[in-house]
Amino acid sequence: MLDNSPRFERLPDGPGVGYKPQHFNDLLNEPAPVSWIEVHAENYMGSGGRPLAQLRSLAERFPVSVHGVGLSIGGEGPLDKDHLARLRKLVDWLRPASFSEHLAWSTHGAEFLNDLLPLPYTNDTLKLVCAHIDEVQNTLGTRMLLENPSSYLAFSESTWDETDFLAEVVRRTGCGLLLDVNNVFISATNLGYSPEGYIDAYPLDAVGEIHVGGHDEDTDDNGAALLIDSHGKPVVDPVWQLLCYTLAVTGPRPVLVEWDNDVPDWPVLRAEARRAAEALQPVR
Amino acid sequence: MTVSQSEFRAALLDADRAVPEGLQNPHAGPAGARFSVYRNNVVVSLTEALATAFPLVRKLIGTQTFGQLAGHYVRENPPASPLMMYYGETFPEFLSGFAPLSHIGYLADCARLDLAFRRSYHAADAASLDPAVLQTVPETLMAIRLAPAPSTIVIRSRWPLFDLWRFNNVTDAPKPRAAAQDVLVTRPEFDPAPHLLPHGAALWFDALARGSSLGEAHAETLRKTPDFDLAATLTLSLTTEAFAAPE
Repeated sequence: MLDNSPRFERLPDGPGVGYKPQHFNDLLNEPAPVSWIEVHAENYMGSGGRPLAQLRSLAERFPVSVHGVGLSIGGEGPLDKDHLARLRKLVDWLRPASFSEHLAWSTHGAEFLNDLLPLPYTNDTLKLVCAHIDEVQNTLGTRMLLENPSSYLAFSESTWDETDFLAEVVRRTGCGLLLDVNNVFISATNLGYSPEGYIDAYPLDAVGEIHVGGHDEDTDDNGAALLIDSHGKPVVDPVWQLLCYTLAVTGPRPVLVEWDNDVPDWPVLRAEARRAAEALQPVR
Repeated sequence: MTVSQSEFRAALLDADRAVPEGLQNPHAGPAGARFSVYRNNVVVSLTEALATAFPLVRKLIGTQTFGQLAGHYVRENPPASPLMMYYGETFPEFLSGFAPLSHIGYLADCARLDLAFRRSYHAADAASLDPAVLQTVPETLMAIRLAPAPSTIVIRSRWPLFDLWRFNNVTDAPKPRAAAQDVLVTRPEFDPAPHLLPHGAALWFDALARGSSLGEAHAETLRKTPDFDLAATLTLSLTTEAFAAPE
């Protein structure tokens, strides 16, 4: 009989890192304090070669979170069945401890736009997102986590606050949430609300994983601060503080350091993981 | 004011188009530069994906020209799937038809070589053929059917494709000769590598891939290229692990 159970039941409530191939040996030789890794699903959908071989080795040692960046859950059109089948194949093979995707869209018709694009929060988009999450959870046979976006603009047609929208998605689909506190900080700055207020209003009971990452600073046409999610630098102090603020309520959770561009050498990324471990220490 | 994803997408890939009105800053004013973040993300991320995928083309024309070229390509040819590892399948054809670079005739073939590396890198794993299988009497040998490994790719070119690759990747490599060169890409373990194919060998590989026996492939190749060197081609194929072990 095929063993479909995860190799590791859940992600540990400790620091994890987004896996980059240049850190393969470092992770096997001196991982501490990193206790789990996250991979982008789409990078492991080739037929063979080094990516799959590396992931096979790492999965024996670490709980793995599979993080999709291409499913377009917020897309107006139907989910890409071929892509869903590829995800199913990856999840069946890898048996990850977690699967997560984004509250965003990236596919339009036959085009994949390679960015996490925003959607308005309305009754219509709520229905659409819930139907897509049902389809994902039914196809993969697992509960998924949904990540909050980083927002640069607002939709005049939105009738829901993001936190209420997410809470309703959780209530209707039974999915969990991936809370990206860097995204919260970015959106709150860009759209002019309090990041702590967002956390206070957020359905924290559903949080199965937390992300932190770096961002860039810019300004809009009026000179207002415009933060841009870049995952290309260290996490800034206010985001670490927002993490601590969140953990004080949730208690320990798996915390991932995302660093996808201008990826640093292992000691730098490991130092970020240490900061995540320090943030987790007081709430253990 | 609703904004459909069609409107959003149209404005995303066309910087001359107005930003949809239903998109706003926090004071209910126009989104303006805020929308440009998405425009920029899409074009920059796709351009970076192409630059990673086509290192030889980028070296030949320089990073700046490549960036301009990619800007045209990504707007006209956004990916058709979320598998960015395969993005750019139509880039060689695009280069062939791109008038400003038509003076560099070999550019499209260089893009095909870049693509071949990537396909080979992600191809299915397979045990390679044990050369001992070929240590047999000629009659038996010629009846054997060999299957190229999934990671084996042959590219035919009327340009000195192998020399062009080597000149741009190997220190002190000689300048490209004026010659047509076919290239064999194989992946012994995880890293694809290019090899210069002897004259006619591409035909021979093609015949084997179609299921011909060694004898049939040899005869077919000799008809078209009488100087085909089977021994040299076999040696190259075996040392570079071009063939998969029989299943």
